[in-house]
Amino acid sequence: MSFARTLATSRRVVGQLRHDPRTLALMMVVPIVLMGLIAWIFPAHDFDQYGPPLLGIFPMLVMFLVTSVATLRERTSGTLERLLTMPLAKADFIFGYALAFGALAVVQAVLVSGISFGLYGLQVQGSAVLVGLIAVTDALLGTALGLFVSAFAATEFQAVQFMPAILLPQLLLCGLLLPVDQLPTVLYWISFAMPMRYAVEATMDVMTSSTATSSYWTDLAIVAAFAVGFLALGAATLRRRTP
Amino acid sequence: MAVDDVSFDLPAGRVVGLLGPSGSGKTTLIRCLVGVQIVEGGSVEVLSRPAGSQALRNRIGYLTQAPSVYGDLTVRGNLQYFASVLGAPAGDVDRVIDEVDLREDEGSLVNRLSGGQRSRVSLATALLGTPELLILDEPTVGLDPILRRDLWALFRRLAAAGRSLLVSSHVMEEASHCDLLLLMREGRLVAQLTPTALLERTGASDLDAAFVALIERGAG
Repeated sequence: MSFARTLATSRRVVGQLRHDPRTLALMMVVPIVLMGLIAWIFPAHDFDQYGPPLLGIFPMLVMFLVTSVATLRERTSGTLERLLTMPLAKADFIFGYALAFGALAVVQAVLVSGISFGLYGLQVQGSAVLVGLIAVTDALLGTALGLFVSAFAATEFQAVQFMPAILLPQLLLCGLLLPVDQLPTVLYWISFAMPMRYAVEATMDVMTSSTATSSYWTDLAIVAAFAVGFLALGAATLRRRTP
Repeated sequence: MAVDDVSFDLPAGRVVGLLGPSGSGKTTLIRCLVGVQIVEGGSVEVLSRPAGSQALRNRIGYLTQAPSVYGDLTVRGNLQYFASVLGAPAGDVDRVIDEVDLREDEGSLVNRLSGGQRSRVSLATALLGTPELLILDEPTVGLDPILRRDLWALFRRLAAAGRSLLVSSHVMEEASHCDLLLLMREGRLVAQLTPTALLERTGASDLDAAFVALIERGAG
């Protein structure tokens, strides 16, 4: 792995997005609009309950989609094949993407958190910064998952279908619809394998406690570990040789 | 497409043409040489090393059949990225832009270019660095006659500078530009010879007829 090649790859990915301002705008604006809708739908009390967990989930959905389609495009256009005949480590490729989309994820999560707390009047017991931190980590997780699943998609249709397949079950089991301890036993155990569960748990902590608890940091670390794990898996499942 | 029992020399300073009908296994063979094809059995060696090994990745320039460059980057942006992946020297981007005659379009997005221009951006990428072996999959297909002539002149210059070139095509006419021909059919190498020898052996008046004669003789 080479830092220079990883960085060159990130710069290239950001350069591509700069020439696609509409995608860039959608990535930034969609989560903000969705949070606005939630704020509008719910009375203030309920918004404070459902808003913070969703603040992390929307950026994750968007980053997942963008990343999985971007890397799939790289496969179908032949550029990945060409890169793999060059002195580029598979990790350079994966982490190059992670770095570029990670940076965008940070901007996106900061924007949507800032507007939710500043403009929509979202309130939590703890610090808004801690909620923002979860949103950033979630967006990074979305990027890592997107990179990983794109290895299993042969077409853009398939890649897009992975969103409901991978993310929606997590949404159902993460504790947002029903607290996890009220889930049927089997599903309760399955929920431990869902990174989104820990993100929601961490958010609940900030909502109810005025200072960062140790379980907040543990949950956040678990989400980050999932993200790093999926990036490593993404690099490991990338194949130089194809049929 | 399966490719069986193939062995050939790519001498330095020579342009070797890989010719055969569509579907004869040219691309499969090329992908084996650059190490991106899953090889079912046997082994592939290039420049005395296993194909695709790390030591080879700076020494071979590869042009894929379809242009493989980023449509949402400029010509220069594409070349700068690939140059930094290859660790190519600073002036290299400008050198290859001139070699494929894209100076006027260097600032254009690749998506806005014509098909022929796009394939030249892709070719320019394969020329970055100083690969001693260039493996080009149909570099001249779909280009106009003037561009084709210029590209063959470029290939000759690269060969004169000591590079080896393997250039595939399904257009027999192109064979006249090559020093040596590899003729493929149904995954097999049916002949390795010079264009002159091909004409002599078949008694045909042009290369097209010679190839057809050779293929039919092989089939019969």
